[in-house]
Amino acid sequence: MSTQIPKQTEESTETETEPASKGDERRAEKRRRAAERREQRQEEEAEKAAADESTVELKVFRYDPQVEGKQEPRFDTFHVPFTKGMTVLDALMYARDTYDSSLTFRHSCRQAVCGSDAMFVNGGQKLACKTQISDLEEPVRVEPLPHAEVTKDLVVDMEHFYDQMEAVEPYFQTNEYPDGELEEQRQDRENREKIKMSTRCIWCGACMSSCNIAAGDNEYLGPAAINKAYRFAMDEREGEEMKQKRLEIIEQEHGVWRCQTQFSCTEVCPKDIPLTEHIQELKREAVKNNLKFW
Amino acid sequence: MYEHDVVVVGAGGAGLRAAIAAQEAGADVAMVSKLHPVRSHTGAAEGGINAALRDADSWEDHAYDTMKGSDYLGDAPAVEALCQESPEEVIRLEHWGMPFSREDDGRVSQRPFGGLSFPRTTYAGAETGHQMLHTMYEQVVKRGITVYDEWHVMDLAVTDEDDPAERTCHGVVAYDIQSGEISGFQANDGVILATGGMGQVFDHTTNAVANTGDGVAMAYRAGVPMEDMEFIQFHPTTLPSTGVLISEGVRGEGGILYNSEGERFMFEHGYANNAGELASRDVVSRAELTEVNEGRGIEDEYVHLDMRHLGEERILDRLENILHLAEDFEGADGLTEPMPVKPGQHYAMGGIETNEFGETVIDGLYAAGECACASVHGANRLGGNALPELIVFGKRAGRHAAGEEMGEAEIETGRSGDWQPADYEFGVEVGETGGSGPAAADGGAVATDADSVLGAAVDRAQERVEELLSRKGRNHAEIRSAVQETMTANVNVFREEGRLEETLEDLREAREAYKDVAVSDPSRTFNTDLIHTIETRNILDIAEALTMGALAREEFRGAHWRKEHQERKDEDWLKHTLISWNDGEPELWYKPVVLEGENKTYEPKSRSY
Repeated sequence: MSTQIPKQTEESTETETEPASKGDERRAEKRRRAAERREQRQEEEAEKAAADESTVELKVFRYDPQVEGKQEPRFDTFHVPFTKGMTVLDALMYARDTYDSSLTFRHSCRQAVCGSDAMFVNGGQKLACKTQISDLEEPVRVEPLPHAEVTKDLVVDMEHFYDQMEAVEPYFQTNEYPDGELEEQRQDRENREKIKMSTRCIWCGACMSSCNIAAGDNEYLGPAAINKAYRFAMDEREGEEMKQKRLEIIEQEHGVWRCQTQFSCTEVCPKDIPLTEHIQELKREAVKNNLKFW
Repeated sequence: MYEHDVVVVGAGGAGLRAAIAAQEAGADVAMVSKLHPVRSHTGAAEGGINAALRDADSWEDHAYDTMKGSDYLGDAPAVEALCQESPEEVIRLEHWGMPFSREDDGRVSQRPFGGLSFPRTTYAGAETGHQMLHTMYEQVVKRGITVYDEWHVMDLAVTDEDDPAERTCHGVVAYDIQSGEISGFQANDGVILATGGMGQVFDHTTNAVANTGDGVAMAYRAGVPMEDMEFIQFHPTTLPSTGVLISEGVRGEGGILYNSEGERFMFEHGYANNAGELASRDVVSRAELTEVNEGRGIEDEYVHLDMRHLGEERILDRLENILHLAEDFEGADGLTEPMPVKPGQHYAMGGIETNEFGETVIDGLYAAGECACASVHGANRLGGNALPELIVFGKRAGRHAAGEEMGEAEIETGRSGDWQPADYEFGVEVGETGGSGPAAADGGAVATDADSVLGAAVDRAQERVEELLSRKGRNHAEIRSAVQETMTANVNVFREEGRLEETLEDLREAREAYKDVAVSDPSRTFNTDLIHTIETRNILDIAEALTMGALAREEFRGAHWRKEHQERKDEDWLKHTLISWNDGEPELWYKPVVLEGENKTYEPKSRSY
């Protein structure tokens, strides 16, 4: 598969705006370099062909409610030439751009910060862009996140995830600001350190998808939303009064007490957030809060 | 049809800030974005936000550094607005809960950055953009601002007068990626474009796959000039295999660049005798490539960035994210070995021509953030000046669009002031692409009311989508990669005439090929093939304007280096490049740079670090 666009004939494109000699020189130079590029491309193609045994086999889930032949979910197999450092996302992009442009998945930043490409790879929730093919057993099975409605191929509906996030009032709240618009709130380095991991969430949905409790209880806030609540509850800048309010939100019936510490969320989090730990800490705070008369 | 007072296109840093500002000014606001807001590429920004917060610092010094960094192509009224308002905007972010890194006394930390005379870069570890993006999205949620996420804006709905300055923007047309529905979004008070970068014009870029310059191309086709498109920032430290960014914060904290001989070349080869690794980005990128070209690169491709001597504690405290990126995307351990780095496309200084309030020449159309060009950055942006640009100009555009009184602009847009046509013959026919045709209302009878303008724009978009889905033709992917390949090969850090001309020719061929483009996925559900095909048109328009500007500017200024013209020529070139789309023809013209600030004029000096 070459990226070359068939060249037009020379005559039809040249407009003479300069002395012929300079023009000739430049054209010759152009031809030489075009030939060089062609050669390089051919070399690359040849290399690819030679490396044929180093292709990687992907089995990719396919489904499209609108297209005949894709309305029944199925797996398609793609053979992608392996290159050093290749990620699952690279392989999917190659398959899409080379074999089947209808292959559909979300992706944007390529560097594990936008949270678009969480998928189920060989039975685990992973970010495709951060997962090296060389670490995986073949064939590599790529499926959409479990416990979410499939929109098409590897794209799932994220609405439920977003709703749970919004249910915990995921924004900073305080009753007191410093005087003056150029005066920041002070925060201890230790306190920032305490909330640091919780602020790294990229809303990818891997944790929610891996959680057995969330799978069985649609109202359960889930690890990402509870972690968001933690991020604010533990931030000293919000103040004690606000912390009470935060604890009330996560103490509800489908809040922290639903968590059974299976650690699935913590295992799959691509940002290494200790989600289970955060949930347990909130349970402790909630108990302390309710036993104030001691 | 949806209707709001203000419609913001894009939901990254500038878009979110614009929406919040417009809402605070009393407008009913909606954001329309092809990505969910938290997926925006602002989240990938690492290093920090420049703001003169301390008594020993001043906005005047920040403005001086920015003008010098811009190689005197920044417009002073915009630069001064940035530097005056950045401190209050940074503190506002802190008040919204952004988890900045802290000093022992609990205040927001600041670190040194390239080209700055004072360590004024505030930061949150090496993930400043992520924290900023999420903090602002939280505020949007708090305020209940409407977000249409995963709607791809295809075109602007603009009236059809001959002179762009007479045109009015009534809204946008967007395609619902989830369902395939095409709808108009009427904006009664204004449309704000905040669509971010255009790095996908290049092969090796730090930018996301979504950064295809949609807003810039859309505004261009509606008659707004693109400004200073030839000025592309190549960031000196990106990972060689992927283009993933390694923050300037590494050098800010004391990281060192070495060549294959183990020389600290920034000093030892005299590229920047005072600032060394912390010279501005254009200087460092050229230095690295010069080392490689002279045979002192590693594997003939890259140099080493070493931060081991900073110690594990400091690295984990301030640069932890860098360890993960180097490990995950290059297999390098920043604690025990130097990291391989090379220049990569990072930021576009140019974009949609605006004044210091974000207004474009078209009535009711604004732009803010990386897609806009006010111009704050001129020929070269300083590290740490992009994030404050988002919040300062996002806010300004939002307020202005919502009808707030903000005084008289000093920067003129369009051909209203002292402009001059270009005197340059391109050897290649430029501008022609099949596709959506002119963006103004209906190419015929002049429609003036919002309904018919939007109606016509929606019809055109419907037709375009139908056409792409129903016909047989080429896949966009090969055209897109051909463009990226030629741009990366020839319109890079070092530029020479013959190769720029060659790229124009390659682009003409790519345009030709694009006439036969078709979408093979027939689905109306989440059709990314269709979205990418539409984006490719934007990439083509931008690549061409960029190359034209680079060919015509026969001098060396900031990020624009020319083999045949290796000096800055202030006599002829203290002016902005503008390219207008006129009936399918890109037209090149110029307008003078504004060096007069509030209390002083910034006299061009020779630039050394």
